Amino acid sequence: MADRKIRVLIAKPGLDGHDRGAKVIARALRDAGMEVIYTGLRQTPEMIAEAALQEDVDVIGMSILSGAHLFLVPKVIEAVKKTGLDGVGFFVGGIIPDEDAAVLKAAGVHAVYGPGTSTETVIQDVRTFASKTAGTGDAASE
Amino acid sequence: MDIQTPAVGDRLALTRLISEVENDQNTNLKILDECYRRSGRAHLIGVTGAPGTGKSSLVNRIARLVRSESKKTVAIVAVDPSSPFSGGAILGDRVRMRDLVGDEGVFIRSMASRGELGGLARATAAVVRVLDAAGFDLVLIETVGAGQSEIEIARLAHTTIVVECPGMGDDIQAVKAGILEIADILAVNKADLPGAETTERILRANLELGYPQAVSAKAGHGGFQEADAQSSNESWRPPVIKTVATEGTGVPEVINAISQHRDYLEKTDLFKKRDGERLQVEFEQTLSRAIMENWRNRFSKEKVECALNEVLKHQRSPASAVKELLES
Repeated sequence: MADRKIRVLIAKPGLDGHDRGAKVIARALRDAGMEVIYTGLRQTPEMIAEAALQEDVDVIGMSILSGAHLFLVPKVIEAVKKTGLDGVGFFVGGIIPDEDAAVLKAAGVHAVYGPGTSTETVIQDVRTFASKTAGTGDAASE
Repeated sequence: MDIQTPAVGDRLALTRLISEVENDQNTNLKILDECYRRSGRAHLIGVTGAPGTGKSSLVNRIARLVRSESKKTVAIVAVDPSSPFSGGAILGDRVRMRDLVGDEGVFIRSMASRGELGGLARATAAVVRVLDAAGFDLVLIETVGAGQSEIEIARLAHTTIVVECPGMGDDIQAVKAGILEIADILAVNKADLPGAETTERILRANLELGYPQAVSAKAGHGGFQEADAQSSNESWRPPVIKTVATEGTGVPEVINAISQHRDYLEKTDLFKKRDGERLQVEFEQTLSRAIMENWRNRFSKEKVECALNEVLKHQRSPASAVKELLES
């Protein structure tokens, strides 16, 4: 019987080396019963897209603290689209000014999280997104 | 989609089929049959060992060297443990496999063990078969960090590499039953650390206990030379190879040993025999699972709950509650 799990890719695009936030989120999602693929620091958009494709993830979470989000995030979204993988949700966490968050959302980001966001919020959002896109009906129960 | 299994280059179809197979989502049986018919060509190589011995790093280097030296395509299935409490998992093996990014001849898939205790996930064999059918020449299967009894990999793989590293215990640890018994190749990784010589000596001594007649006049030489010497007689004696996976030291020797082991398996017809043994086990496991699900569906939920309640209230032993349930 189907025991599909929500699969999430947690990625650190770009050059900043602060991965504590990414690790906290990865851990929280794991504790919420999801399968989290962690790829480590300093990923290019192409690397993220390739990992997302090979792992067939439902959601990509990007943690960016370098200020390069407006440059990197659209490139990741574009690279993922190029692979043909559809229905993937993009979530971004980091130090993102409100006006930039609006730009990112317009580019296809599902949600943007700043400092102080509770992990519960992120978990709920990911669950809601995954259950909406699961489509086949038997997916994403936990 | 028509009845066609995805090929190496057909990455989107491949990844989707793997997900279906992993989740047991009533995949079209004709596709599974087609996969099955096409499979059986890839060399399945298991990599196992305790957590932190360097399995992922070694897999990364093996894949990289194979890709640079030949046209062979490589798939990697890396299994990490699911949390027994939440059912979630952090799959982190890709962190060590960054050298392989951008290579169309490599496909890496992480899997969570999902409650299985043998070092692999229940669907690992099925996922490996999809990759085999797609046409990958080598499939490297990395197990959960394994201790003393996670030996499922030996059943799945043609060649099993056990990765050890210095400081993991004395010679009594090595003679205990367990994963050392399943090694076709032994790698002493992190061989640049102190204690590597001791670990190597212990492993060699342990092997000699198992092959007393061939007391090694060659101990101290590169392991695969021994493998060479013995491939003429019938039994395979696992070579012990010192490696530093992060730097690539010893990796050519490991690849050499892998291909010698394959030659040995083919010469002795073990390649087919191992496949046969594995398929028999898979068939039986699938059958028992299907029977179990079938039976469980026959009981009404209320009856099961009622029986469970009696047990929880200490009114009835589990044995008698189950007996009544079965007879009802």
